[in-house]
Amino acid sequence: MTSTVDPMATAPGRGRNIPDRLVPGWKRALKSWEALLFAVAVAIFIANSLASPYFLDPWNLSDASFNFTEKAIIAFAMAMLIIAGEIDLSVAAIIALASTAMGLAMSAGASVPVLVLIGLATGLICGAFNGFLVAGLGLPSIVVTIGTMSLFRGIAYIVLGDGAFTGYPDAFGWFGQGYVWWVFSFELVLFMVMAVVFGLLLHATNFGRRVYVIGNNATAARFSGVRVDRIRFILFLLTGLMSGIAAICLTSRLGSTRPSIATGFELEVVTMVVLGGVNILGGSGSIPGVVIAALVMGLVTFGLGLLNVPGIVMSIIIGALLIGVIALPRLWKMART
Amino acid sequence: MTGILKSREAILALAILALLALVAMRFPAFILPGNLANVLTDTSPLIILALGQMVVILTKCIDLSIAASLALCGMVAGLLNMAGVPIAVILLAVIVLGALLGAFNGLLVWKLGIPSIVVTLGTMTIYRGIIFLLTAGKWINAHQMSPEFKAFPRAMILGFPVMTWIMIAIVAIFAVLIYRTPLGRAFFAVGGNPHAAVYTGISVGRTQFAAFVISGTLAGLTGYLWVARYAVAYVDIAGGFELDVVAACVIGGVAIAGGAGSVAGAVMGALFLGIMKNALPVVGISPFAQMAISGIAILVAIAFNARSSRQKGRIILKQAEHRTVEGTA
Repeated sequence: MTSTVDPMATAPGRGRNIPDRLVPGWKRALKSWEALLFAVAVAIFIANSLASPYFLDPWNLSDASFNFTEKAIIAFAMAMLIIAGEIDLSVAAIIALASTAMGLAMSAGASVPVLVLIGLATGLICGAFNGFLVAGLGLPSIVVTIGTMSLFRGIAYIVLGDGAFTGYPDAFGWFGQGYVWWVFSFELVLFMVMAVVFGLLLHATNFGRRVYVIGNNATAARFSGVRVDRIRFILFLLTGLMSGIAAICLTSRLGSTRPSIATGFELEVVTMVVLGGVNILGGSGSIPGVVIAALVMGLVTFGLGLLNVPGIVMSIIIGALLIGVIALPRLWKMART
Repeated sequence: MTGILKSREAILALAILALLALVAMRFPAFILPGNLANVLTDTSPLIILALGQMVVILTKCIDLSIAASLALCGMVAGLLNMAGVPIAVILLAVIVLGALLGAFNGLLVWKLGIPSIVVTLGTMTIYRGIIFLLTAGKWINAHQMSPEFKAFPRAMILGFPVMTWIMIAIVAIFAVLIYRTPLGRAFFAVGGNPHAAVYTGISVGRTQFAAFVISGTLAGLTGYLWVARYAVAYVDIAGGFELDVVAACVIGGVAIAGGAGSVAGAVMGALFLGIMKNALPVVGISPFAQMAISGIAILVAIAFNARSSRQKGRIILKQAEHRTVEGTA
């Protein structure tokens, strides 16, 4: 149980509870956040298939995946960043800037590979800028990225004003609209590949262990020889890169760039990460959790969409879901003690 | 400590004067008293909300739902007005509603220990969604509002509109509340060192709750002022304004990790943004550049704040104890 301040502060004398013997692995897995979330996902899936006859169609489900894949691939990188105790609120603004850069290049007649490279490079540069300010200068990431969020999107507004870039080459449309095999769109495959890549990176490498260590105690990590600032920098770079990739997919899918593109994505990405069981204060969380959270959010939005529920009502439900899934276990715990 | 704080505010004041001088070189009429009074009125909502946000940030929390609360209360004010409710009752209603919205945030933070950024991220979408549920997405336009409803914030008293006077009154109340009351000291204590605060008998959660109620109340009041002044209410009014409010606090030297900040700083941070917003079109810079410029202003302000707080010589282990979203220096 964590809170905004150290739990010690509200209950002096009560330290962190360390059990004297470990519960068997499968029992722990059953009681885990991921299991709870998975049950929620299954329940939503069943409810949806009962509520609408169109839900179980593979093509419909494939279409539905578009409303979470772009956010989810950013959420994987964001999860690692939040586990390390940082946050990046500028991801949506990076999308806007990367999309604008691609639009400029497109107007100058760049080919599709060049457009992709420019999208990736813009993401990396923005990520490096955030990383430099946070890891290099030691500034708090939440305000830094609120600042860069204005800056990056502001540049997009300076370039575009109230105009838009349209007329991307047809071949570019493949990233957001093309299918790799049967109902598996490029975006869906990308989502699955990234889930595996980030899952391995966080859970099966030294780098991943260090991310947890930094999130739990950055000072101890430093004293243990972990290059804290370098890892922080890399995490911002990764988040920037994933935002660049998301920008390519989104721009390709929409076929146009406006400076207001992807507005509010950062909050949905953070919601996805927190819903996935990542502690917003850092130190714990998992990629499978984020994957399931992405599916839950995607299923909720899609199912409600089939029932003609307006978008803003869906956002209420997402907001309530975010608070509800975190509040309910705590309320339950309080009621028992 | 106070020396640094004082000099930080002095530097901010100088920055504001420099900004005014720069604008005046291009467009002298900008610094005529009448125009400055307009800028002040225009910035009043930002100043009021920045003060509310400041007390929340002082206690190591953040209120991202402040603009959504404003919009919801503003819409309720508009609906009540259409139902023929007198202004005094509307004012009371929005203040109570705002306090309730803030209390909901505060209770989740206090009783359930959910991080404030998560709570307010959720309530921000919920509060805005409720506006949609109330109105089915319809607008309330100027012609649907009674003349008294629209006239109240604009009524002139001693050369300033009522809205400006309300802002001045709130700044005065805050100056007393923050520096002269136990609650004010508690805000700093809770943010500065929660452990020490508990040992001196201050409840961390209760203080955070109080901060959220204050910020909600101010958002409620501002909601009415906003809707009446701009004579329109819809789901997306003040969309994204929460970031302007946080930016005003950051520029004003309120430490995002809590425990440090001042009324004068928050007011000047808001004024800086407000003057910039009003001056850019006047000096012929595209209004589209405003977002990028305020981004740069925020980054410069953070870098500056970080430098001056580093001079205090913080102990490295102290930072390890308080894991917040703050990066290590």
